[in-house]
Amino acid sequence: MSALSIKNVWKEYGDQIVLEDVSIEIASRAFVALVGPSGCGKSTFLRMLLGQETQTKGKILLDGEPLPKEPGPDRGVVFQRYSVFPHLTVLGNVMFGKELQASRFAGRLFGAARRAVEEEARAMIAAVGLMGSENKYPAQLSGGMQQRLALAQALIMRPKVLLLDEPFGALDPGIRAEIHTLMKKLWHEAPMTVVMVTHDMREAFTLGTRVVAFERPRDRPEEKLRYGATITKDITIWPPRQAGVPSIFRPDRDGPVSSKGQ
Amino acid sequence: MRWINSRPANGTRLALALLPFVLVLIAYAIGSAERLAENPNDKLLPGLTGFADAINRMAFVPEARTGSYLLWVDTLASLQRLGAGLAIATAIALLLGLVIGILPYARALLSPFVGAISMVPPLALLPILFIVMGLGETSKIALIAIGVTPIMIRDLALKAIELPREMIVKAETLSASSWQIALRVVLPQILPRLITCLRLQLGPAWLFLIAAEAISADSGLGYRIFLVRRYLSMDVIFPYVIWITLLAVATDILLDRLRIAVFPWSELEKGK
Ligand SMILES: Nc1ncnc2c1ncn2[C@@H]1O[C@H](COP(=O)(O)OP(=O)(O)OP(=O)(O)O)[C@@H](O)[C@H]1O
Ligand SMILES: [Mg+2]
Repeated sequence: MSALSIKNVWKEYGDQIVLEDVSIEIASRAFVALVGPSGCGKSTFLRMLLGQETQTKGKILLDGEPLPKEPGPDRGVVFQRYSVFPHLTVLGNVMFGKELQASRFAGRLFGAARRAVEEEARAMIAAVGLMGSENKYPAQLSGGMQQRLALAQALIMRPKVLLLDEPFGALDPGIRAEIHTLMKKLWHEAPMTVVMVTHDMREAFTLGTRVVAFERPRDRPEEKLRYGATITKDITIWPPRQAGVPSIFRPDRDGPVSSKGQ
Repeated sequence: MRWINSRPANGTRLALALLPFVLVLIAYAIGSAERLAENPNDKLLPGLTGFADAINRMAFVPEARTGSYLLWVDTLASLQRLGAGLAIATAIALLLGLVIGILPYARALLSPFVGAISMVPPLALLPILFIVMGLGETSKIALIAIGVTPIMIRDLALKAIELPREMIVKAETLSASSWQIALRVVLPQILPRLITCLRLQLGPAWLFLIAAEAISADSGLGYRIFLVRRYLSMDVIFPYVIWITLLAVATDILLDRLRIAVFPWSELEKGK
Protein backbone atom coordinates (compact mmCIF):
# COMPACT_ATOMS: atom_id res chain seq x y z
CA MET A 1 0.00 0.00 0.00
CA SER A 2 1.26 3.43 -0.82
CA ALA A 3 -1.52 5.99 -1.14
CA LEU A 4 -0.66 9.69 -1.08
CA SER A 5 -3.05 12.24 0.22
CA ILE A 6 -2.30 15.93 -0.27
CA LYS A 7 -4.60 18.26 1.63
CA ASN A 8 -4.80 22.02 1.03
CA VAL A 9 -1.08 22.42 0.51
CA TRP A 10 0.43 25.91 -0.01
CA LYS A 11 4.01 26.69 -0.82
CA GLU A 12 5.49 30.16 -0.54
CA TYR A 13 9.05 31.36 -1.13
CA GLY A 14 9.24 34.58 0.81
CA ASP A 15 6.56 36.81 -0.69
CA GLN A 16 5.99 34.68 -3.72
CA ILE A 17 3.15 32.19 -3.58
CA VAL A 18 4.12 29.28 -5.80
CA LEU A 19 1.45 26.70 -5.04
CA GLU A 20 -1.96 27.55 -3.78
CA ASP A 21 -4.40 25.22 -2.10
CA VAL A 22 -3.40 22.00 -3.83
CA SER A 23 -5.45 18.96 -2.84
CA ILE A 24 -5.28 15.57 -4.47
CA GLU A 25 -5.77 11.96 -3.46
CA ILE A 26 -3.41 9.57 -5.21
CA ALA A 27 -4.42 5.92 -4.96
CA SER A 28 -1.91 3.20 -4.26
CA ARG A 29 -0.19 1.99 -7.46
CA ALA A 30 -1.41 4.94 -9.50
CA PHE A 31 0.85 6.51 -12.14
CA VAL A 32 0.26 10.24 -12.01
CA ALA A 33 1.68 12.36 -14.82
CA LEU A 34 2.10 15.98 -13.78
CA VAL A 35 2.09 18.60 -16.52
CA GLY A 36 1.99 22.39 -16.59
CA PRO A 37 3.79 25.45 -17.91
CA SER A 38 7.40 26.09 -16.96
CA GLY A 39 7.86 27.70 -13.57
CA CYS A 40 4.42 26.79 -12.24
CA GLY A 41 5.78 24.71 -9.37
CA LYS A 42 5.80 21.10 -10.55
CA SER A 43 9.34 20.44 -9.31
CA THR A 44 8.50 22.25 -6.10
CA PHE A 45 5.53 19.94 -5.59
CA LEU A 46 7.70 16.91 -6.25
CA ARG A 47 10.35 18.15 -3.83
CA MET A 48 7.70 18.41 -1.13
CA LEU A 49 6.59 14.82 -1.77
CA LEU A 50 10.24 13.86 -1.55
CA GLY A 51 10.69 15.62 1.77
CA GLN A 52 13.42 17.88 0.39
CA GLU A 53 11.20 20.87 1.16
CA THR A 54 8.30 21.41 3.52
CA GLN A 55 4.97 22.94 2.61
CA THR A 56 4.08 26.32 4.07
CA LYS A 57 0.55 25.18 4.91
CA GLY A 58 -1.41 21.97 4.58
CA LYS A 59 -0.77 18.26 4.99
CA ILE A 60 0.84 15.55 2.98
CA LEU A 61 0.10 11.99 4.13
CA LEU A 62 1.62 8.73 2.94
CA ASP A 63 -0.66 5.83 3.88
CA GLY A 64 -2.34 8.09 6.43
CA GLU A 65 0.90 9.11 8.16
CA PRO A 66 2.45 12.58 7.77
CA LEU A 67 5.52 12.48 5.53
CA PRO A 68 8.87 12.44 7.30
CA LYS A 69 10.66 15.82 7.07
CA GLU A 70 13.62 14.31 5.20
CA PRO A 71 14.01 12.18 2.11
CA GLY A 72 14.19 8.46 2.90
CA PRO A 73 14.25 5.03 1.29
CA ASP A 74 10.43 4.81 1.10
CA ARG A 75 10.47 7.44 -1.67
CA GLY A 76 12.77 6.91 -4.62
CA VAL A 77 13.67 9.63 -7.08
CA VAL A 78 15.10 10.13 -10.55
CA PHE A 79 15.99 13.67 -11.63
CA GLN A 80 16.74 14.85 -15.11
CA ARG A 81 20.43 15.10 -14.24
CA TYR A 82 22.83 14.20 -11.44
CA SER A 83 20.83 11.16 -10.39
CA VAL A 84 23.74 8.75 -10.39
CA PHE A 85 27.10 8.93 -8.67
CA PRO A 86 29.98 9.68 -11.05
CA HIS A 87 32.55 7.98 -8.82
CA LEU A 88 30.81 4.59 -8.76
CA THR A 89 30.56 2.06 -11.58
CA VAL A 90 27.17 0.88 -12.84
CA LEU A 91 27.30 -2.08 -10.48
CA GLY A 92 28.51 0.14 -7.62
CA ASN A 93 25.68 2.60 -8.23
CA VAL A 94 23.00 -0.09 -8.16
CA MET A 95 24.46 -1.83 -5.10
CA PHE A 96 24.93 1.48 -3.31
CA GLY A 97 21.59 1.73 -1.49
CA LYS A 98 21.68 -1.86 -0.32
CA GLU A 99 25.25 -1.45 0.92
CA LEU A 100 24.34 1.70 2.86
CA GLN A 101 21.33 0.00 4.37
CA ALA A 102 23.21 -3.12 5.49
CA SER A 103 26.43 -1.51 6.68
CA ARG A 104 25.60 1.60 8.66
CA PHE A 105 29.18 2.40 9.65
CA ALA A 106 31.43 1.54 6.72
CA GLY A 107 28.74 1.77 4.03
CA ARG A 108 30.42 -1.17 2.30
CA LEU A 109 29.79 -4.88 2.21
CA PHE A 110 32.30 -7.71 1.93
CA GLY A 111 32.24 -11.46 1.40
CA ALA A 112 28.96 -13.37 1.32
CA ALA A 113 26.78 -10.35 2.17
CA ARG A 114 28.31 -8.49 -0.75
CA ARG A 115 27.80 -11.40 -3.13
CA ALA A 116 24.11 -11.58 -2.24
CA VAL A 117 23.61 -7.87 -2.90
CA GLU A 118 25.69 -8.09 -6.06
CA GLU A 119 23.45 -10.84 -7.41
CA GLU A 120 20.36 -8.78 -6.74
CA ALA A 121 21.98 -5.74 -8.35
CA ARG A 122 22.96 -7.72 -11.46
CA ALA A 123 19.38 -8.90 -11.84
CA MET A 124 18.21 -5.29 -11.55
CA ILE A 125 20.81 -4.17 -14.11
CA ALA A 126 19.57 -6.85 -16.47
CA ALA A 127 15.97 -5.76 -15.89
CA VAL A 128 16.74 -2.25 -17.11
CA GLY A 129 18.80 -3.54 -20.03
CA LEU A 130 22.28 -2.54 -18.95
CA MET A 131 23.93 -5.98 -18.99
CA GLY A 132 27.54 -5.79 -20.09
CA SER A 133 28.03 -2.27 -18.75
CA GLU A 134 28.44 -3.29 -15.10
CA ASN A 135 31.99 -1.98 -14.82
CA LYS A 136 31.56 1.27 -16.70
CA TYR A 137 31.41 4.67 -15.04
CA PRO A 138 28.39 6.92 -15.69
CA ALA A 139 30.54 9.24 -17.83
CA GLN A 140 30.99 6.30 -20.20
CA LEU A 141 27.22 5.80 -20.63
CA SER A 142 24.81 7.60 -22.97
CA GLY A 143 22.07 9.81 -21.52
CA GLY A 144 19.45 7.06 -21.92
CA MET A 145 21.66 4.49 -20.24
CA GLN A 146 22.32 6.88 -17.35
CA GLN A 147 18.59 7.26 -16.75
CA ARG A 148 18.12 3.48 -16.89
CA LEU A 149 20.87 3.24 -14.31
CA ALA A 150 19.16 5.86 -12.14
CA LEU A 151 15.92 3.85 -12.32
CA ALA A 152 17.68 0.64 -11.35
CA GLN A 153 19.43 2.38 -8.49
CA ALA A 154 16.14 3.77 -7.15
CA LEU A 155 14.08 0.61 -7.68
CA ILE A 156 16.44 -1.78 -5.90
CA MET A 157 15.34 -0.05 -2.68
CA ARG A 158 11.71 -1.08 -3.38
CA PRO A 159 10.32 2.39 -2.65
CA LYS A 160 6.63 2.85 -1.95
CA VAL A 161 6.61 5.96 -4.10
CA LEU A 162 8.77 6.69 -7.12
CA LEU A 163 9.15 10.38 -7.99
CA LEU A 164 10.37 11.34 -11.45
CA ASP A 165 11.23 14.93 -12.43
CA GLU A 166 11.41 15.12 -16.22
CA PRO A 167 13.51 11.96 -16.21
CA PHE A 168 13.41 11.42 -19.97
CA GLY A 169 13.28 15.08 -21.03
CA ALA A 170 16.77 15.08 -22.49
CA LEU A 171 16.45 11.86 -24.49
CA ASP A 172 15.81 11.59 -28.22
CA PRO A 173 12.42 10.19 -29.31
CA GLY A 174 13.64 6.70 -30.22
CA ILE A 175 15.41 6.16 -26.90
CA ARG A 176 12.46 7.71 -25.13
CA ALA A 177 10.03 5.18 -26.63
CA GLU A 178 12.32 2.35 -25.51
CA ILE A 179 12.56 3.68 -21.99
CA HIS A 180 8.76 4.14 -21.86
CA THR A 181 8.33 0.43 -22.50
CA LEU A 182 10.79 -0.24 -19.70
CA MET A 183 9.01 2.21 -17.40
CA LYS A 184 5.65 0.47 -17.95
CA LYS A 185 7.19 -2.92 -17.28
CA LEU A 186 8.77 -1.69 -14.04
CA TRP A 187 5.55 -0.07 -12.90
CA HIS A 188 3.61 -3.27 -13.54
CA GLU A 189 6.13 -5.34 -11.62
CA ALA A 190 7.07 -3.23 -8.61
CA PRO A 191 4.47 -2.45 -5.96
CA MET A 192 4.85 1.32 -6.11
CA THR A 193 2.98 4.52 -6.81
CA VAL A 194 4.59 6.80 -9.41
CA VAL A 195 4.43 10.57 -9.73
CA MET A 196 6.15 11.89 -12.84
CA VAL A 197 6.66 15.48 -13.95
CA THR A 198 6.87 15.85 -17.72
CA HIS A 199 6.56 18.45 -20.46
CA ASP A 200 5.71 15.81 -23.04
CA MET A 201 1.92 15.36 -23.30
CA ARG A 202 2.36 12.21 -25.32
CA GLU A 203 4.54 10.76 -22.57
CA ALA A 204 1.96 11.78 -19.96
CA PHE A 205 -0.84 10.01 -21.81
CA THR A 206 1.18 6.88 -22.72
CA LEU A 207 2.41 6.23 -19.20
CA GLY A 208 -0.05 7.71 -16.73
CA THR A 209 -3.19 6.34 -15.19
CA ARG A 210 -4.06 9.94 -14.57
CA VAL A 211 -2.83 13.23 -16.01
CA VAL A 212 -2.86 16.20 -13.65
CA ALA A 213 -2.28 19.76 -14.84
CA PHE A 214 -0.94 22.60 -12.68
CA GLU A 215 -1.66 26.13 -13.80
CA ARG A 216 -1.96 29.65 -12.45
CA PRO A 217 -5.60 30.67 -12.73
CA ARG A 218 -4.53 34.31 -12.44
CA ASP A 219 -1.43 35.02 -14.41
CA ARG A 220 -1.37 38.76 -15.10
CA PRO A 221 2.04 40.26 -14.20
CA GLU A 222 0.70 42.19 -11.18
CA GLU A 223 -1.00 39.03 -9.90
CA LYS A 224 2.00 36.72 -10.31
CA LEU A 225 3.36 37.21 -6.84
CA ARG A 226 0.16 36.86 -4.85
CA TYR A 227 -1.50 34.00 -6.68
CA GLY A 228 0.08 30.58 -7.08
CA ALA A 229 -0.59 27.62 -9.32
CA THR A 230 -3.09 24.95 -8.47
CA ILE A 231 -4.60 21.86 -10.06
CA THR A 232 -6.76 22.90 -12.99
CA LYS A 233 -7.29 19.59 -14.75
CA ASP A 234 -7.35 16.03 -13.51
CA ILE A 235 -7.94 13.54 -16.28
CA THR A 236 -8.24 9.80 -15.67
CA ILE A 237 -7.09 7.77 -18.65
CA TRP A 238 -9.85 5.79 -20.27
CA PRO A 239 -10.08 2.89 -20.68
CA PRO A 240 -8.45 2.67 -17.26
CA ARG A 241 -4.92 1.55 -16.88
CA GLN A 242 -4.15 -0.65 -13.89
CA ALA A 243 -0.81 -1.78 -12.54
CA GLY A 244 -0.21 -5.46 -13.25
CA VAL A 245 -3.26 -5.84 -15.47
CA PRO A 246 -3.23 -5.70 -19.28
CA SER A 247 -5.59 -3.21 -20.88
CA ILE A 248 -9.04 -4.69 -21.52
CA PHE A 249 -9.49 -3.51 -25.06
CA ARG A 250 -5.93 -3.61 -26.40
CA PRO A 251 -3.91 -5.98 -24.24
CA ASP A 252 -0.63 -4.69 -25.69
CA ARG A 253 -1.41 -1.03 -25.01
CA ASP A 254 0.22 -0.85 -21.62
CA GLY A 255 3.29 -2.85 -22.44
CA PRO A 256 4.40 -6.22 -21.17
CA VAL A 257 2.63 -7.35 -18.01
CA SER A 258 4.40 -10.22 -16.31
CA SER A 259 2.63 -12.75 -14.14
CA LYS A 260 4.54 -11.37 -11.16
CA GLY A 261 2.49 -8.18 -11.08
CA GLN A 262 -0.15 -7.79 -8.46
CA MET B 1 41.48 28.55 -41.19
CA ARG B 2 41.10 30.62 -38.03
CA TRP B 3 44.06 30.67 -35.69
CA ILE B 4 41.99 29.29 -32.82
CA ASN B 5 41.34 26.14 -34.85
CA SER B 6 44.82 25.28 -36.10
CA ARG B 7 46.60 22.85 -33.82
CA PRO B 8 50.25 21.79 -33.87
CA ALA B 9 51.11 18.16 -34.72
CA ASN B 10 52.90 16.11 -32.05
CA GLY B 11 56.43 16.81 -33.32
CA THR B 12 55.73 20.52 -33.68
CA ARG B 13 54.21 20.61 -30.23
CA LEU B 14 57.35 19.10 -28.68
CA ALA B 15 59.55 21.54 -30.60
CA LEU B 16 57.40 24.47 -29.47
CA ALA B 17 57.51 23.26 -25.87
CA LEU B 18 61.29 23.06 -25.92
CA LEU B 19 61.83 26.34 -27.73
CA PRO B 20 61.57 28.75 -24.75
CA PHE B 21 63.91 26.56 -22.68
CA VAL B 22 66.49 26.51 -25.47
CA LEU B 23 66.20 30.26 -26.00
CA VAL B 24 66.84 30.96 -22.32
CA LEU B 25 69.85 28.64 -22.34
CA ILE B 26 71.30 30.31 -25.42
CA ALA B 27 70.76 33.77 -24.00
CA TYR B 28 72.51 32.69 -20.81
CA ALA B 29 75.40 31.07 -22.69
CA ILE B 30 75.97 34.24 -24.73
CA GLY B 31 75.82 36.49 -21.68
CA SER B 32 78.10 34.24 -19.70
CA ALA B 33 80.64 33.90 -22.52
CA GLU B 34 80.80 37.68 -22.95
CA ARG B 35 81.36 38.37 -19.28
CA LEU B 36 83.96 35.60 -18.96
CA ALA B 37 85.80 36.95 -21.99
CA GLU B 38 86.11 40.31 -20.22
CA ASN B 39 87.00 38.88 -16.82
CA PRO B 40 87.84 35.16 -16.45
CA ASN B 41 87.15 35.40 -12.70
CA ASP B 42 83.62 36.71 -13.11
CA LYS B 43 81.27 35.07 -10.61
CA LEU B 44 77.92 36.42 -11.75
CA LEU B 45 77.26 34.26 -14.82
CA PRO B 46 79.51 31.19 -14.55
CA GLY B 47 80.08 29.03 -17.62
CA LEU B 48 79.14 25.36 -18.07
CA THR B 49 82.43 24.11 -16.63
CA GLY B 50 81.83 26.23 -13.57
CA PHE B 51 78.47 24.60 -13.06
CA ALA B 52 79.84 21.10 -13.68
CA ASP B 53 82.50 21.74 -11.04
CA ALA B 54 80.02 23.05 -8.51
CA ILE B 55 77.50 20.25 -9.09
CA ASN B 56 80.25 17.67 -8.76
CA ARG B 57 81.46 19.31 -5.55
CA MET B 58 78.00 19.52 -3.98
CA ALA B 59 76.54 16.21 -5.10
CA PHE B 60 79.32 13.68 -5.60
CA VAL B 61 82.24 14.66 -3.37
CA PRO B 62 81.87 14.36 0.40
CA GLU B 63 82.40 17.61 2.19
CA ALA B 64 85.77 17.74 3.95
CA ARG B 65 84.50 18.75 7.39
CA THR B 66 81.48 16.44 7.85
CA GLY B 67 82.06 13.78 5.19
CA SER B 68 78.52 14.20 3.87
CA TYR B 69 77.24 14.88 0.36
CA LEU B 70 75.75 18.34 0.76
CA LEU B 71 73.17 18.35 -2.06
CA TRP B 72 71.61 15.12 -0.84
CA VAL B 73 71.67 16.13 2.81
CA ASP B 74 70.01 19.44 1.89
CA THR B 75 67.44 17.76 -0.35
CA LEU B 76 66.52 15.23 2.32
CA ALA B 77 66.16 17.90 4.99
CA SER B 78 63.99 20.11 2.80
CA LEU B 79 61.78 17.32 1.52
CA GLN B 80 61.19 16.08 5.06
CA ARG B 81 60.02 19.51 6.17
CA LEU B 82 57.93 19.98 3.06
CA GLY B 83 56.40 16.51 3.35
CA ALA B 84 55.54 16.96 7.02
CA GLY B 85 54.03 20.41 6.45
CA LEU B 86 51.95 19.27 3.48
CA ALA B 87 50.83 16.09 5.24
CA ILE B 88 49.55 18.08 8.21
CA ALA B 89 47.89 20.60 5.90
CA THR B 90 46.24 17.86 3.84
CA ALA B 91 44.85 16.05 6.87
CA ILE B 92 43.41 19.22 8.43
CA ALA B 93 42.08 20.54 5.13
CA LEU B 94 40.37 17.28 4.29
CA LEU B 95 38.69 17.02 7.65
CA LEU B 96 37.61 20.65 7.99
CA GLY B 97 36.77 21.06 4.30
CA LEU B 98 34.50 18.02 4.44
CA VAL B 99 32.79 19.10 7.64
CA ILE B 100 32.28 22.68 6.42
CA GLY B 101 31.04 21.44 3.08
CA ILE B 102 28.51 19.03 4.51
CA LEU B 103 27.21 20.36 7.81
CA PRO B 104 25.41 23.73 7.83
CA TYR B 105 26.23 24.17 11.53
CA ALA B 106 29.94 23.59 10.99
CA ARG B 107 29.80 25.98 8.04
CA ALA B 108 28.21 28.67 10.18
CA LEU B 109 30.82 28.13 12.88
CA LEU B 110 34.00 27.75 10.85
CA SER B 111 33.55 29.27 7.43
CA PRO B 112 34.00 32.95 8.39
CA PHE B 113 36.87 32.04 10.73
CA VAL B 114 38.77 30.12 8.07
CA GLY B 115 38.04 32.92 5.62
CA ALA B 116 39.63 35.46 7.96
CA ILE B 117 42.59 33.23 8.83
CA SER B 118 43.37 32.67 5.18
CA MET B 119 43.91 36.41 4.80
CA VAL B 120 46.70 36.53 7.42
CA PRO B 121 50.02 36.74 5.55
CA PRO B 122 51.84 33.61 6.77
CA LEU B 123 55.30 35.17 6.51
CA ALA B 124 54.25 37.83 9.00
CA LEU B 125 53.65 34.99 11.44
CA LEU B 126 57.14 33.58 11.00
CA PRO B 127 58.73 35.63 13.82
CA ILE B 128 55.92 34.54 16.14
CA LEU B 129 56.48 30.91 15.21
CA PHE B 130 60.23 31.23 15.84
CA ILE B 131 59.60 32.86 19.20
CA VAL B 132 56.95 30.36 20.32
CA MET B 133 58.28 27.14 18.82
CA GLY B 134 61.98 27.84 18.75
CA LEU B 135 64.28 27.75 15.75
CA GLY B 136 64.03 23.98 15.19
CA GLU B 137 62.09 21.90 12.72
CA THR B 138 58.70 22.54 14.33
CA SER B 139 58.47 26.19 13.39
CA LYS B 140 59.41 25.52 9.76
CA ILE B 141 56.86 22.73 9.38
CA ALA B 142 54.29 24.90 11.12
CA LEU B 143 54.89 27.76 8.69
CA ILE B 144 54.27 25.52 5.68
CA ALA B 145 51.15 24.05 7.25
CA ILE B 146 49.78 27.44 8.28
CA GLY B 147 50.59 28.87 4.89
CA VAL B 148 48.72 26.36 2.77
CA THR B 149 46.01 24.89 5.02
CA PRO B 150 43.39 27.70 4.98
CA ILE B 151 43.27 27.88 1.21
CA MET B 152 43.05 24.12 0.91
CA ILE B 153 40.19 24.06 3.44
CA ARG B 154 38.28 26.69 1.50
CA ASP B 155 38.88 24.99 -1.81
CA LEU B 156 37.70 21.59 -0.58
CA ALA B 157 34.69 23.05 1.23
CA LEU B 158 33.70 24.88 -1.96
CA LYS B 159 34.03 21.70 -3.94
CA ALA B 160 31.86 19.83 -1.45
CA ILE B 161 29.22 22.58 -1.48
CA GLU B 162 29.28 22.62 -5.27
CA LEU B 163 28.19 18.98 -5.49
CA PRO B 164 24.70 19.02 -6.99
CA ARG B 165 22.01 18.93 -4.31
CA GLU B 166 20.26 16.24 -6.37
CA MET B 167 23.12 13.89 -5.65
CA ILE B 168 22.87 14.35 -1.90
CA VAL B 169 19.09 13.97 -2.01
CA LYS B 170 19.48 10.83 -4.09
CA ALA B 171 21.81 9.40 -1.44
CA GLU B 172 19.22 10.21 1.23
CA THR B 173 16.58 8.26 -0.71
CA LEU B 174 19.05 5.38 -0.71
CA SER B 175 18.91 5.51 3.11
CA ALA B 176 22.30 7.17 3.61
CA SER B 177 23.01 8.78 7.01
CA SER B 178 25.02 12.01 7.30
CA TRP B 179 28.08 9.94 8.11
CA GLN B 180 27.58 7.69 5.08
CA ILE B 181 27.04 10.68 2.82
CA ALA B 182 30.30 12.16 4.09
CA LEU B 183 32.20 8.91 3.74
CA ARG B 184 30.81 7.48 0.52
CA VAL B 185 29.39 10.36 -1.48
CA VAL B 186 31.26 13.56 -0.67
CA LEU B 187 34.72 12.32 0.40
CA PRO B 188 35.39 10.23 -2.71
CA GLN B 189 34.31 13.12 -4.89
CA ILE B 190 36.56 15.70 -3.24
CA LEU B 191 39.65 13.49 -3.08
CA PRO B 192 40.61 14.12 -6.72
CA ARG B 193 40.23 17.84 -6.04
CA LEU B 194 42.42 17.46 -2.94
CA ILE B 195 45.23 16.15 -5.13
CA THR B 196 44.78 18.98 -7.63
CA CYS B 197 44.67 21.48 -4.79
CA LEU B 198 47.88 20.01 -3.37
CA ARG B 199 49.55 20.45 -6.74
CA LEU B 200 48.58 24.11 -6.83
CA GLN B 201 49.87 24.61 -3.30
CA LEU B 202 53.30 23.16 -4.06
CA GLY B 203 54.56 26.58 -5.15
CA PRO B 204 53.51 28.43 -1.97
CA ALA B 205 54.77 25.49 0.15
CA TRP B 206 58.26 25.77 -1.34
CA LEU B 207 58.16 29.53 -0.86
CA PHE B 208 57.41 29.18 2.85
CA LEU B 209 60.00 26.41 3.23
CA ILE B 210 62.78 28.45 1.67
CA ALA B 211 61.82 31.56 3.64
CA ALA B 212 61.99 29.62 6.90
CA GLU B 213 65.25 27.90 5.96
CA ALA B 214 66.81 31.17 4.91
CA ILE B 215 66.34 32.59 8.38
CA SER B 216 67.34 29.68 10.51
CA ALA B 217 68.56 26.20 9.66
CA ASP B 218 71.73 24.12 9.44
CA SER B 219 70.78 22.25 6.29
CA GLY B 220 68.23 22.44 3.51
CA LEU B 221 68.10 23.70 -0.04
CA GLY B 222 66.97 27.18 0.98
CA TYR B 223 69.57 27.35 3.72
CA ARG B 224 72.36 26.50 1.25
CA ILE B 225 71.28 29.09 -1.29
CA PHE B 226 71.26 31.85 1.28
CA LEU B 227 74.54 30.64 2.80
CA VAL B 228 76.53 30.65 -0.43
CA ARG B 229 74.97 33.98 -1.43
CA ARG B 230 77.58 35.58 0.84
CA TYR B 231 80.34 34.30 -1.47
CA LEU B 232 78.38 35.23 -4.61
CA SER B 233 78.51 31.52 -5.57
CA MET B 234 76.19 31.69 -8.54
CA ASP B 235 77.66 28.36 -9.67
CA VAL B 236 75.92 26.74 -6.68
CA ILE B 237 72.81 28.90 -6.52
CA PHE B 238 71.72 28.31 -10.13
CA PRO B 239 71.91 24.49 -9.97
CA TYR B 240 70.10 24.54 -6.63
CA VAL B 241 67.27 26.66 -8.05
CA ILE B 242 66.99 24.36 -11.06
CA TRP B 243 67.04 21.32 -8.78
CA ILE B 244 64.22 22.75 -6.63
CA THR B 245 62.23 23.49 -9.76
CA LEU B 246 62.77 19.96 -11.04
CA LEU B 247 61.65 18.49 -7.72
CA ALA B 248 58.50 20.61 -7.77
CA VAL B 249 57.69 19.80 -11.40
CA ALA B 250 58.23 16.07 -10.78
CA THR B 251 55.94 16.13 -7.71
CA ASP B 252 53.33 17.97 -9.72
CA ILE B 253 53.36 15.40 -12.52
CA LEU B 254 53.42 12.45 -10.13
CA LEU B 255 50.44 13.78 -8.18
CA ASP B 256 48.41 14.15 -11.36
CA ARG B 257 49.33 10.61 -12.42
CA LEU B 258 48.32 9.42 -8.98
CA ARG B 259 44.91 11.07 -9.33
CA ILE B 260 44.26 9.44 -12.68
CA ALA B 261 45.39 6.03 -11.42
CA VAL B 262 43.37 6.07 -8.21
CA PHE B 263 40.30 7.97 -9.46
CA PRO B 264 39.95 7.05 -13.12
CA TRP B 265 36.40 8.43 -13.16
CA SER B 266 37.65 11.93 -12.34
CA GLU B 267 39.44 12.05 -15.70
CA LEU B 268 36.27 10.88 -17.49
CA GLU B 269 34.21 13.57 -15.81
CA LYS B 270 36.58 16.32 -16.95
CA GLY B 271 35.06 18.90 -19.25
CA LYS B 272 31.52 17.80 -18.46
N1 LIG C 1 14.48 27.83 -3.65
C1 LIG C 1 13.64 28.72 -4.21
N2 LIG C 1 13.60 29.99 -3.77
C2 LIG C 1 12.76 30.89 -4.32
N3 LIG C 1 11.93 30.63 -5.33
C3 LIG C 1 11.92 29.38 -5.83
C4 LIG C 1 12.78 28.37 -5.31
N4 LIG C 1 12.57 27.23 -6.00
C5 LIG C 1 11.62 27.52 -6.91
N5 LIG C 1 11.24 28.81 -6.81
C6 LIG C 1 10.21 29.46 -7.64
O1 LIG C 1 9.09 28.63 -7.65
C7 LIG C 1 8.51 28.60 -8.92
C8 LIG C 1 8.29 27.19 -9.37
O2 LIG C 1 9.54 26.56 -9.63
P1 LIG C 1 9.62 25.05 -10.09
O3 LIG C 1 11.05 24.72 -10.27
O4 LIG C 1 8.85 24.20 -9.17
O5 LIG C 1 8.89 25.10 -11.50
P2 LIG C 1 8.59 23.92 -12.52
O6 LIG C 1 7.13 23.84 -12.67
O7 LIG C 1 9.28 22.69 -12.12
O8 LIG C 1 9.21 24.50 -13.84
P3 LIG C 1 9.97 23.70 -15.02
O9 LIG C 1 8.89 23.06 -15.83
O10 LIG C 1 10.63 24.78 -15.79
O11 LIG C 1 10.90 22.72 -14.40
C9 LIG C 1 9.39 29.42 -9.85
O12 LIG C 1 8.76 30.66 -10.06
C10 LIG C 1 10.66 29.61 -9.08
O13 LIG C 1 11.15 30.90 -9.31
MG1 LIG D 1 11.01 21.55 -12.86
